[in-house]
Amino acid sequence: MNPKRTIKSGHARPAPSRRTALRTALASAGTLALAGCDRLSRSEPFVEALKSAQHLSHAAHRVVAGRQAMAQEFSEADIAAHFKANGTLVPADADYQALMQSGFKDWKLEVGGLVETPTAFSLAELRAMPSRTQITRHDCVEGWSTIGKWKGVQLSRLLEQVKPLAQAKYVVFRCADSMDGPSLDGRDSRYYESVDLDDAYHVQTVLAYELNDKPLPVNNGAPLRVRIERQLGYKHAKYLMKIELVESFAAIRDGKGGYWEDNGYEWYAGI
Amino acid sequence: MNSTVSTPPPRVYRHRLPVRVMHWINVVCLTILLMSGLGIFNAHPALYWGQGSSFDKPLAAITAVQGQGGLTGVTRIAGHQFTTDGVLGRSRVGDDEASSVRAFPSWATIPGRQSLATARHWHFFFAWLFVVNGIAYVLYALVSGHLSRDLLPTRDELRRIGTSIKDHLLFRHPTGAAAQRYNVLQNLAYLVVIFGLLPLVIVAGMAMSPRLDAVIPGWVEWLGGRQSARTLHFLAATGLLLFVLVHLFEVAISGAWNQVRSMVTGYYTPPVDKDAA
Repeated sequence: MNPKRTIKSGHARPAPSRRTALRTALASAGTLALAGCDRLSRSEPFVEALKSAQHLSHAAHRVVAGRQAMAQEFSEADIAAHFKANGTLVPADADYQALMQSGFKDWKLEVGGLVETPTAFSLAELRAMPSRTQITRHDCVEGWSTIGKWKGVQLSRLLEQVKPLAQAKYVVFRCADSMDGPSLDGRDSRYYESVDLDDAYHVQTVLAYELNDKPLPVNNGAPLRVRIERQLGYKHAKYLMKIELVESFAAIRDGKGGYWEDNGYEWYAGI
Repeated sequence: MNSTVSTPPPRVYRHRLPVRVMHWINVVCLTILLMSGLGIFNAHPALYWGQGSSFDKPLAAITAVQGQGGLTGVTRIAGHQFTTDGVLGRSRVGDDEASSVRAFPSWATIPGRQSLATARHWHFFFAWLFVVNGIAYVLYALVSGHLSRDLLPTRDELRRIGTSIKDHLLFRHPTGAAAQRYNVLQNLAYLVVIFGLLPLVIVAGMAMSPRLDAVIPGWVEWLGGRQSARTLHFLAATGLLLFVLVHLFEVAISGAWNQVRSMVTGYYTPPVDKDAA
């Protein structure tokens, strides 16, 4: 029984050769398409065009989850037994090593750039400021999540003290850890990140000095890391040294606004 | 051949232009989304249930284990381990001599060589196109009557679902006037995909966005948590892939040329009933 054989007899070419042609065409189209996708993946203008979807996502997200929308907070029972550390685990940089040896006594967080009163804060000074504690979920760009309890000072409190100038649009976080090993052929590979003022002033944007009721471990960014709770893990810069207010991050390093951004990842990491 | 038809069989206009255009946009989007999705999955090839990742006991994981003869690619599902070397866990990339440790092989991912950043760019760009196309399709289906006329099975068709199942199992395809309508199993498959799998894959995808999770803090728990959402996204995508494979199979065995042409030009030649001819 082969009813479909009856269909085509009125037409010029018999079905089998058409079918073979179709199959060959589909197979070669598939191979070509795959090779094409790989070639396009290596074309910078094409990847930049694909990447531009992040602006659409960011704008849409701002509409549906307003500027002040809060990330979910959890209960003590939800805290993971071990908070997975990723990226740099112990910075090898000599200046950081020296600070670590002395228990971060001499460490200070500089806050400067486009501000009225640049200020440096010691760890003790930050601990003396009003704090916020939050149990949140950390989502890595790789796909995993882990829940931890953070205590720290809201970035907005520091910003109120240093008074950003009107032209400041972004907050840049400068870190101690060189991602490609310290001073590899003199190139600066220290981690850095940036966020806009919406995230900078957000209630849950905290400079954390405690994780799960203990001083922040070195693996997780001691002495201080930032929490940007509505974005992926790579925005949450560890080993903070300096916070800089800028009008644009185009002149910083490769100009994409962060270490991973300079390596191809989106600046907007809300997805 | 067994045909005695002397005049060309009548052609019918089966697929209207908007449906044809949206179908081919879907083909491009879904292919890219599935393959770039596997590229993203490869960055952390394990699935969990709940809000966080239980790293030591995933629901499923694709990895490589050290054995006597070196590394072997394995897949673990609910505690059972399967050797999947050469395809899952460890496979050769392009013309490389040595195998690489990677969950899904390079022929199944976009880009072929592992790049989480690039796979994400492909995925999110085409996700927008796919969702916009999907919304346009649903609106069109509602307004044009495509939904009620073509997609919803009639009461009578539903009653004869047993016959339709039997016909499918025997690879018997409708002829004549019956071939001009979607059959009841086809109706149900399309409806499950359009109103079940696709909304699930989209919502579960959105639940993975930390910013969208803030729309209503806690809504992710409706899906069981963020890691559950990631697992559901993967399962729904698997369901879509199965649908595509069955769809392609049905096209291939029911007159591929006629079927593909009708989705290009709109015109379909209904198979002639042998007994009637």
